[in-house]
Amino acid sequence: MKALSLKGLTKTYKNGVQALKGIDLDVEEGDFFALLGPNGAGKTTAIGIVMSLVNKSGGKVHVFDHDIDTELAAAKACIGLVPQEVNFNMFETVSTILLNQAGFYGMPRHVAHDRLEKYLHKLQLWEKRNAVARGLSGGMKRRLMIVRALLHEPRLLILDEPTAGVDIEVRRSMWEFIREVNAAGTTIILTTHYLEEAETLCRNVAIINQGRIIENERMGTLLRKLNVETFILNLRNPIVTAPVMIDHKITLADDHTLEVEISREQSINNVFAHLTANGVEVMSMRNKANRLEELFLDMVERGNNTNKQAV
Amino acid sequence: MSTTKISRLAPNLVGFQTIIRREYNRIMRIWGQTLVPPAITATLYFVIFGNLIGRRVGDMSGYTYMQYIAPGLIMMTVITNSYGNVVSSFFGAKFGKHIEELLVSPMPNYLIVMGYMMGGILRGLLVGAVVSAIALAFTHLHVVHPFIVISAVLLSSIVFALAGMVNAIFAKNFDQISFIPTFILTPLTYLGGVFYTITLLPEFAQRLSHANPILYMVSAFRFGFLGVSDVDVKLSFIIMITAVVALFSSCIWLLYKGVGLRE
Repeated sequence: MKALSLKGLTKTYKNGVQALKGIDLDVEEGDFFALLGPNGAGKTTAIGIVMSLVNKSGGKVHVFDHDIDTELAAAKACIGLVPQEVNFNMFETVSTILLNQAGFYGMPRHVAHDRLEKYLHKLQLWEKRNAVARGLSGGMKRRLMIVRALLHEPRLLILDEPTAGVDIEVRRSMWEFIREVNAAGTTIILTTHYLEEAETLCRNVAIINQGRIIENERMGTLLRKLNVETFILNLRNPIVTAPVMIDHKITLADDHTLEVEISREQSINNVFAHLTANGVEVMSMRNKANRLEELFLDMVERGNNTNKQAV
Repeated sequence: MSTTKISRLAPNLVGFQTIIRREYNRIMRIWGQTLVPPAITATLYFVIFGNLIGRRVGDMSGYTYMQYIAPGLIMMTVITNSYGNVVSSFFGAKFGKHIEELLVSPMPNYLIVMGYMMGGILRGLLVGAVVSAIALAFTHLHVVHPFIVISAVLLSSIVFALAGMVNAIFAKNFDQISFIPTFILTPLTYLGGVFYTITLLPEFAQRLSHANPILYMVSAFRFGFLGVSDVDVKLSFIIMITAVVALFSSCIWLLYKGVGLRE
């Protein structure tokens, strides 16, 4: 079954901006799906329409086969949303915020209390249950929104940049938790600017740019499209000039660091053999950028150039 | 009734109770802003208008001035607090974006409207009860038609709670939620027969007063207490019921269209 299905989804704002230009997207039940795109690409508009926070201009949205035009309540009951911006009452306590949200989803109070305790413990917020929300740190506020979205145990969890502004330690613990939630059967749609996060967590990915889906693939298939990768080599001894290779572009970043471009068809052994022959000893190697990040930038740039040419 | 409708009934009731509980907690959390100021204002009105000036005014429609203005003052408090509660709570939720908690939930629009409306009624009646208790310290409150008293106060409270919601839905900033209470509601209340019978006014002013909906509410409420009214009480109830139906439908339509809430 499809957890989410968008067909020909369009949105034109009153000021004439066309945020979505006919999006088709399917997310299978149980998937961990990344929806990526630059700022203003239309990600949050698409999510807003699914959550009925934005009115669509055209197209169809189905959530677990519930059409939001005819079975809105049933569709909403299936979804939990962690929005991009903090949107709870800052003057209420953590428990009150959660109990209210549970109530809006029709959960009896004793059930809400049990789940609140379970999820607050899991996200290390139990000690803050009686704290007023405005006193929480940025990371705690993000975690509170995750607990709030999970209280009614939705079948589809939408995370709109859940780790924005969160330090790396908290971010990693949030990833672990979200992985557990997905493993338990909840479908997850993630939008993020941390592409490393998407590459690590998600099985499928769609890239949206200027209101259109420009790529929709399995993560592995998409990453294989990356033609050229840049590696950074750390050297044991300093060198003055970069060794020259006909098939590879090698640049000297500093006297201890080389940057080497290697295409998908080329063997990295040739590079090492050439460097060894030139007396250059490599201590360690890493990708210059996250692979998805390189691909993403390439695709978005190509998409923008195509649009400019069309104009 | 379809299975979906039956299965949503119990969760919807929980949601409805949750809004009412949240509104009640909000009223009590900020009691210094919700319950105390109307009590102080009412006390000053009773002391200055009812006691000091009222003694010189003499009888009005066969009752002491204090007895005459007491129902009007209670109604004025109910109206302003029912309106004020919904307009501030709903606009506050919109401004702080936590209205989205309700908008993304499966709760139907009519229950969201009713939940906020109940919050307005709750505050209106709570403050009305406080002012009634203060009135009892100054005068004897005698009730001729209890059913009319209860139905008039409830309907007026509903009308202004819903009107407050319409205001909050359209408002884009805090100025716009204080504009109507300051420039429309307060003048209409003062000119709606709270402090006087409109028979004291010149002919043209009496005719003008009949265009003021608050006159009908104050008069119906006073009729329940004293058995005297400036207008036909049946007409008062027709106007109040019509206003409730019109405003309730408007609120549901506005939420359905997402006016002021969804782009």
